[in-house]
Amino acid sequence: MLASVSLFAQATGNSWDLPANIAFGIISVIAIGAALRMVTTNNVVHSALYLLIVLASVAAVYILLGAEFAAATQVLVYIGAILVLLLFGVMLTRARLGGDEDLNYEQRWIGLGVSLLLFVVMGYSIWEQYGSKDEAKLIGYEPQRTAEVADAIFSTYIVPFEAVSVLLLAALIGAVVVARRD
Amino acid sequence: MYLTQYLLLAAALFCIGVYGVLTRRNGVMVLMSIELILNAVNINMVAFGTYNADIGGQVFALFIIAVAAAEVGVGLAIVLLIYRNRRSIDVSDASLMRG
Repeated sequence: MLASVSLFAQATGNSWDLPANIAFGIISVIAIGAALRMVTTNNVVHSALYLLIVLASVAAVYILLGAEFAAATQVLVYIGAILVLLLFGVMLTRARLGGDEDLNYEQRWIGLGVSLLLFVVMGYSIWEQYGSKDEAKLIGYEPQRTAEVADAIFSTYIVPFEAVSVLLLAALIGAVVVARRD
Repeated sequence: MYLTQYLLLAAALFCIGVYGVLTRRNGVMVLMSIELILNAVNINMVAFGTYNADIGGQVFALFIIAVAAAEVGVGLAIVLLIYRNRRSIDVSDASLMRG
């Protein structure tokens, strides 16, 4: 195991950033495995908990990319708020929390075919464009600090920021109006 | 590290999310799969922002997170309304344009 890892490191040269790659491999295996379980499990609550694992892995990917504020926001907003909201949705719409056989369409092979085709097309075009060329290398990048994010939001991106705040207000009022019991 | 591996991870998560949207009957699970798709897009945003040393990628990832929060709030309200009217959240039951 260790020998194969060091052989791999030798084969790919010094520019290959080994610890980050090992971390990326572990994170991506966890993320894809949990995502696959999320769309195939027959239990709604388990599906929400697998979604939690995927969201945490995506936060770890942000950390790996040096985007610390995006990772913190991912944990706070997605894991802290959206997942709880989804669990409330599960709770309010079905009384029993057990498994359910009737959760998928019968024609799931069509969905599988569509998503596999999509993956092949996207993967081919990504590989064709970037592949393992030298210009696609992510070496020695600087982490993007929270202060830089704040500067950018409140100077360059101030108009989209205000638009998002109005959108959140509209969504808040809209959700209350739609879900209110008359 | 290469940019390609992040893009491929994002593409895989995106396609798994599309599979979930296409095959799930339960409205809440469809919303969960949409969250997965938005997360895959966010990985792309942050990866390109790091690759180009541009802060805009991370900023737009934050905007997408905010929009996803709004989307899931309104979406769950609609699912609750469908459940209240039809006693079912099967998305294929909600096929009528009126009552």
